[in-house]
Amino acid sequence: MIDIIIAAIATLGALFVLLAAIGIVRMPDTYLRISVTTKAATLGVGLLLLSSTIFFSNADVTSQAFVIILFLFLTAPVSAHLIGRASYFIGVKLWDKSVMDELQGKYQKNTHILKSKVDDTPEDNVDHSKMDDADK
Amino acid sequence: MTLVEYLHYIILPVLVISAVLILWRFIQGPSIADKIVSLDLLITTGIGIIAIYSIIYSQSTLMDTALILALIAFLSTVALSYYLEKRKRK
Repeated sequence: MIDIIIAAIATLGALFVLLAAIGIVRMPDTYLRISVTTKAATLGVGLLLLSSTIFFSNADVTSQAFVIILFLFLTAPVSAHLIGRASYFIGVKLWDKSVMDELQGKYQKNTHILKSKVDDTPEDNVDHSKMDDADK
Repeated sequence: MTLVEYLHYIILPVLVISAVLILWRFIQGPSIADKIVSLDLLITTGIGIIAIYSIIYSQSTLMDTALILALIAFLSTVALSYYLEKRKRK
């Protein structure tokens, strides 16, 4: 009985990791790839670690697996935000069918400060429509 | 079919196929941000493979390696994106 529970949870986890892999291959844009990575992979690896917790069912492995799951759940949004911000600054283009770019002109190029509205210093704003894609 | 056979012949190939797909994006990736994201996801997939291996061989000490890999994945992503952002700052 406990084997069936372990197998079911491991199957769900492997399917979520496979969905993340298919998403990172098929998504058209860097930002969409970041979104797929953080959501699907943390859930999939969390379920795989949970299955190993159920298999061993002692306090050592349980505490260790929960530390790993907590660490993944805490650090995945932070690293996704950091890499998304860095890729916006270096000028990685959005998908050409994206509807709107809410950050257009709000990041400052020199000070790296996010402003809440577009002000009248257009030479200092990060704007992808004026940026040449020579350096990526 | 026992649990170990199921994990060995079905779950591990699925994880390895997803690792190969992520590796394809790591080699292909148009921008350097794609490569960093796929490297992070590759290490995260490695944590899952280590968890399955620890069930197959009943070795709970393998989970230490998974913890270290989680730490290294976060640190490498933060460091790479920090220097990627700083590269353009004049």
